Amino acid sequence: MNDASLPHITTIRSHKGFTFSTISSLWQYHELLYFFIWRDIKVRYKQTIVGMSWAIIQPLLAMIVFSIFFGKLAKMPSDNIPYPVFCYTALVPWIFFANALSQCSESLVRSSDLIKKIYFPKLAIPLSSVLSGAVDFALSLVVLFIMMPFFGVSPTAEIIWLPLFILLAITTSIGVGLWLATLNVIFRDVRYAVPFLIQLWLYASPVVYPSSLLPEPWRSIYGINPMAGVVEGFRWSLLGTGNPPGTMLAVSACISLILLFTGILFFSRVEKKMADII
Amino acid sequence: MTNIAISAEGLSKSYRIGRKQARYKTLRETVTDFATAPLHRLKSSLHGHAATEQGELIWALQDVSFTIQKGDVVGIIGRNGAGKSTLLKILAQITQPTNGHAEIKGRVGSLLEVGTGFHPELTGRENIFLNGAILGMKRAEINRKFDEIVAFSEVEQFIDTPVKHYSSGMYMRLAFAVAAHLETEVLLVDEVLAVGDAAFQKKCLSKMGDIAIEGRTVLFVSHNLGAVHKLCSKALWIKSGNLVLEGESGHVIDKYCSDLYKIENDYSLRERRDREGDARIQFTRIYWQDENGHDLHSLRSGGNYTLVLDYEANTDSIYNDVFVSFLIKDNLHTPVLLHQTDFENGNFKDIPSKGQFFCKIPRFPLAQGEYTVNIFVSINNKTSDSIDNASRLTVDYGDYYCTGHQGRPELCKYLTEGSWELQGMSE
Repeated sequence: MNDASLPHITTIRSHKGFTFSTISSLWQYHELLYFFIWRDIKVRYKQTIVGMSWAIIQPLLAMIVFSIFFGKLAKMPSDNIPYPVFCYTALVPWIFFANALSQCSESLVRSSDLIKKIYFPKLAIPLSSVLSGAVDFALSLVVLFIMMPFFGVSPTAEIIWLPLFILLAITTSIGVGLWLATLNVIFRDVRYAVPFLIQLWLYASPVVYPSSLLPEPWRSIYGINPMAGVVEGFRWSLLGTGNPPGTMLAVSACISLILLFTGILFFSRVEKKMADII
Repeated sequence: MTNIAISAEGLSKSYRIGRKQARYKTLRETVTDFATAPLHRLKSSLHGHAATEQGELIWALQDVSFTIQKGDVVGIIGRNGAGKSTLLKILAQITQPTNGHAEIKGRVGSLLEVGTGFHPELTGRENIFLNGAILGMKRAEINRKFDEIVAFSEVEQFIDTPVKHYSSGMYMRLAFAVAAHLETEVLLVDEVLAVGDAAFQKKCLSKMGDIAIEGRTVLFVSHNLGAVHKLCSKALWIKSGNLVLEGESGHVIDKYCSDLYKIENDYSLRERRDREGDARIQFTRIYWQDENGHDLHSLRSGGNYTLVLDYEANTDSIYNDVFVSFLIKDNLHTPVLLHQTDFENGNFKDIPSKGQFFCKIPRFPLAQGEYTVNIFVSINNKTSDSIDNASRLTVDYGDYYCTGHQGRPELCKYLTEGSWELQGMSE
């Protein structure tokens, strides 16, 4: 309201390709982003029996199953860390990523009514669907901290780097999520491809096995999967396994940023005609 | 110069309408299109015409230019599918114009549909904040107006109940209340007054009136010509994507009505785009005949008439079970008369590819007044063609009762035979 003195001028014309307004209008409407996140968190577990506990049940059950089959039966190496902790540490960012992808890829299509009827920065929709997973993420992280002393693992000083890896997990989720959400607006095939993609991606990421299985230079190349960098980063900062993930992390971070930027470009391009094609 | 709130120049919007069902492409189609498109393009350029395989180009809006002064309340009128909503969507930045440009001075708020963005699981209170934010209000602004919004919506008691438990009336009231408190310098409104019961509609209308008095610029799309006349000083009339007339609202409405009357009395339905159905059978003309087969311009109560519906069927197949119906509504859009094939004769079988459906109505039972007729045809329960307001119908005074009494059209439009008798009872 304080900008009332300056006449606000809206110019309407046909644009193609990326326009900076995709991002700048999000800043103008930043409260809307909070409200969307707040709504998604609030609504996520409405009318469920165990509610928020789903955030913990998911990684815990996955951990139990993986520990039995990969840890006990297949005797998967785990960098000298008790397998359950080893695997759960990876599951914390992984489940955040997997949920973010499935929520985000559907987010735009699910909001088609809004997109067709109201003007607002549409970027807020996929963004909020990823960020609203933060609460689940935090809960599952708390469970990890409870679990660690139980298995005799204590956190190392490297834990100060954890926020960096969390940021990388978020960047990767938003980057991939934006691509999928935007593609889903044009091709509904995405809806069917995503569950499958997530499943494959799980095994392509070092969740049930350590990336130390790979010798260099393959390990650095493995970093092309940005989740490899995220997962190994989590393990290194929380459990102190191996060496700091050097080149692999650098590769992952680069790929993650590339995904994010191209995702925003692609989104901005499609945003112009979204109301017509959704 | 500085007092112009909205200026639009050459706004156009085209849509490509292709296959009817496919609203979005699958990956496979795109891949095959991608592979075959160069071939198609080559072929069509050899034949010397542009590549139109992907579908027909429809201009929803064509070269629309106008300026609106600050503080004007402007109505946009026109038939269904004329492009009114497309114009609002472009001004609201929901969709982009294909050509042309527009400039709007001041914050823009748009109410294209009330209640979009409400989440059923959230309470009324939570939805007020969420919806307010979606419409572009700041949190502080919503806080300040919260009580006013709740009072306006008349749902105080249920404000902490999830809106999924609301009745549809309560839901719409709350939605309108949030939207109505949007304080932007320019407001774009599409047909929101069609919500709630009569009392609430009246309240909405007076709220719109207040907004108009406050000196804000309002663009208002409505089919309710009465409301447009009452609220708006100026009006724009859009017909098949073109701006036909702009000016003082009374004048524009008059012109629009006379044109509407002319079109509808032209009886030709071929041009109508505001129809639904799969078009296996389509109505081409609607008119009335008297007993001697003469075409009529108006009917009289009590006369014997035949409604004639010309149609054309797509000739590929023979249709059985063809259901036809008509519905007459009075000037308040209240249905007053309905008849359909299965009431008495049963549906039609083996219909020829071109022909006429007749419906004889003896002693026409409607009192004098203006009516509209909706017509409908379906094959095996699947809608083929459905046109609302296919034609206007004028009924003049006629001697229905054979007594010279004309009934009381202001109270009741429907006339029926009846006889009154008196019988005493012995004590």
